[in-house]
Amino acid sequence: MQRQLEDFIRSLRANEVRVSVAEAMEAHEVVAHVGYADRALLKDALALTLAKTVGEKQRFDDSFNLFFARDQFTGEAGEGDDGDAGNENAGDAPDTGNELADMLLADDREGLAAAMEQAGRDAGVGNIRFRTQVNFLARRMVDRMGLAELERLIAQVVLGEVPGGQDLADDLEGQRTRLLGEARNFVERQYELYGRFAGQQLREEFLERTPLAAVDRRDYVRMNHLIRRMARKLASRYVARHKRTRRGHLDVRRTLRVNMAHDGIPFETIWKQKRVERPKIVVICDVSRSVAAAAQFLLMFLYNLNEVLSDLRSFAFSSYLVEVEDILDAHNIEDAIPKVLDKIGFMSTDYGRALDDLKTQFGDAIDRRTTVIVLGDARSNYGDPRADIMKWVNQRARRVVWLNPEPESFWGTGDSEMPRYRPYCHVAKTCRTIKHLERVVDDILRSGTRA
Amino acid sequence: MNNAAPDKFSTVEEIIDGLGSVSYIASRQIATAILIAQNLDKPVLVEGSAGVGKTELALATAEHLNIPLIRMQCYEGLDESKALYEWKYGKQLLYTQVLKDKIGDVLQDADNLEKAMGRLHDFTDVFFSEQFLEPRPLLKALQEDAGAVLLIDEVDKANEEFEAFLLEVLSAFQVTIPEIGTIKAKNPPIVFLTSNNTRDMGDALKRRCLHLYIPLPDAKLEERIVAARVPDIDARLRRQLVNFVQGLREADLKKLPSISETIDWARALVLLHTDELDAKLVRETLNVLLKFEEDIDAAAPVINELVRKSVRSAGVGGRATPT
Repeated sequence: MQRQLEDFIRSLRANEVRVSVAEAMEAHEVVAHVGYADRALLKDALALTLAKTVGEKQRFDDSFNLFFARDQFTGEAGEGDDGDAGNENAGDAPDTGNELADMLLADDREGLAAAMEQAGRDAGVGNIRFRTQVNFLARRMVDRMGLAELERLIAQVVLGEVPGGQDLADDLEGQRTRLLGEARNFVERQYELYGRFAGQQLREEFLERTPLAAVDRRDYVRMNHLIRRMARKLASRYVARHKRTRRGHLDVRRTLRVNMAHDGIPFETIWKQKRVERPKIVVICDVSRSVAAAAQFLLMFLYNLNEVLSDLRSFAFSSYLVEVEDILDAHNIEDAIPKVLDKIGFMSTDYGRALDDLKTQFGDAIDRRTTVIVLGDARSNYGDPRADIMKWVNQRARRVVWLNPEPESFWGTGDSEMPRYRPYCHVAKTCRTIKHLERVVDDILRSGTRA
Repeated sequence: MNNAAPDKFSTVEEIIDGLGSVSYIASRQIATAILIAQNLDKPVLVEGSAGVGKTELALATAEHLNIPLIRMQCYEGLDESKALYEWKYGKQLLYTQVLKDKIGDVLQDADNLEKAMGRLHDFTDVFFSEQFLEPRPLLKALQEDAGAVLLIDEVDKANEEFEAFLLEVLSAFQVTIPEIGTIKAKNPPIVFLTSNNTRDMGDALKRRCLHLYIPLPDAKLEERIVAARVPDIDARLRRQLVNFVQGLREADLKKLPSISETIDWARALVLLHTDELDAKLVRETLNVLLKFEEDIDAAAPVINELVRKSVRSAGVGGRATPT
């Protein structure tokens, strides 16, 4: 039974229910207390210990039902006639000298289920990752269960070397088909239990490391999901605290004032507090032709960030700068991104112009509490980069962060103005993959709360 | 109250019955959570939207077990001194003032400063003893010898540091006060933490707790809850109003009405001597169920239809005779 619980926990992990070692131990403890007899109680009890979010509860339910359904040899594949035939035969001729054939003919479901379980374990079905492996693994399983011998037996019966005649041969043939079907079902279930999400996880991990520009169109949805998850995580940290008590530092001035009524005897003490300000964030996103491939994702990120942070101002530009908050707020992500791109996207870049717009039109958006994030490649078609405005931004804002989709070795080549902007950025980093993005933004928020 | 631990539950049914006797209708999941929490001394983290009975669960458990309920409301900036213990600073000061003369007496025959200091040192222990200790909820819960129900409400409102501190207390059910020593609970309290999901709880805290999610109830359960809470409501009206609320939950609303709203509404209808739902009445009392202007507007067009449906599906049974 312990083994079964371990297998179950493994299937949970494969289904994106995070189970730590401590929780797994706790599960054993809980099971020891409630026992296996009452399935509903077992399910509730395990759900309490193992699934810790609403989504996880749902996936837990699915896994539980699937997992504990598997130890029946259902006989779906050839129930009807074959099943009956098997039972009839069970009376007169179950002894063919082949264990597997006997079990099939006698319709010994428990025995078959146990044999299948064993064969599955031997064949490593639990490690299945992709649906394409199903046939192969099912075949390997029936081989281990002794398919070759069964086939030999059938041949012998047909040839008359073993008594039984045509009836028995037909029977066995039917049972053989049924066995194959069962094995397939078994592997399918294992795939549902262990493989499906593991495959997805693999894909997501891969996506996290793929350069943004190289991501396939069909992965957009998954990408968006990843980005959203990240934005959420960052936001929850961002919202958390903005006041922190410094215990042990008496605020003498305020304590004295409050205790005037007590003749100056300090009955009530007031401690110094450190106010931690939330960073105001201004994001400026380049959507011009040169960053076309990455722009989609930069906007996706911007969109999700906009959704979770309240005081975020977002701008986009190719040559002139526009505020895109309204568009992002009003539409869902599928519409919002094309809208922004339609409005200003894919034109030739003019950083000088955009920065000038920023200063003249939106200059008041930047003050000493603002973190300015620029997403762009700094390729400005040899126009005047207006580095003086970057300097102005740098002096006004608390922090300036530049995220560039190009690798650092490309900075300064051709029309890249990166070296001229760089001195005015507190942070200038390559941001080619989701992993990069996450690290950088994490860093920004953390420094925001510590200042 | 005696000093023995309250009897531990041994089956889920026992808990459902027990809570039912104090008019809390528990689902099997809820009962299982309490069963495990009590037997394995694990805190329970209860999540669910506002008004599904998270706080109520703790109250009912305490009432049924006949042990005190100690409640701690969390908020941003809550810290150890407010959650665990504090020295009664004012009392300490007052006592030193009052005892000034006595101290003078004691110190009188000390002829040098060193001796006087030595004497004073003997007295510091007097001022840092349990008399001057102000126990806050967490400490209080540990000190209850017969066990207690500790309700840590809206733990998501407190900040992360506090969460870490809670972990420390909840894992061993003991605290150390440097001046006095370690205080360990004789009977660990049953701990409920509630969260409304304003932020994601830390993984560490989740890992140490049992996680109970209370969803909005289905019609059958809700009807039983209303019956338990508003006993003098007519059975037919009860069915109608539960059907209506269930239907309303399928609408696209900002805040879905939860159990507490259903109960309030039922009470309101009883007060108004209603014996059958009708659209006009619903419109007039809808503000009990829905708390946002937008929601009331959004629900307006479907009210007629919903009322008709809920009255129809509640059956035609004759009007109950007023009791």
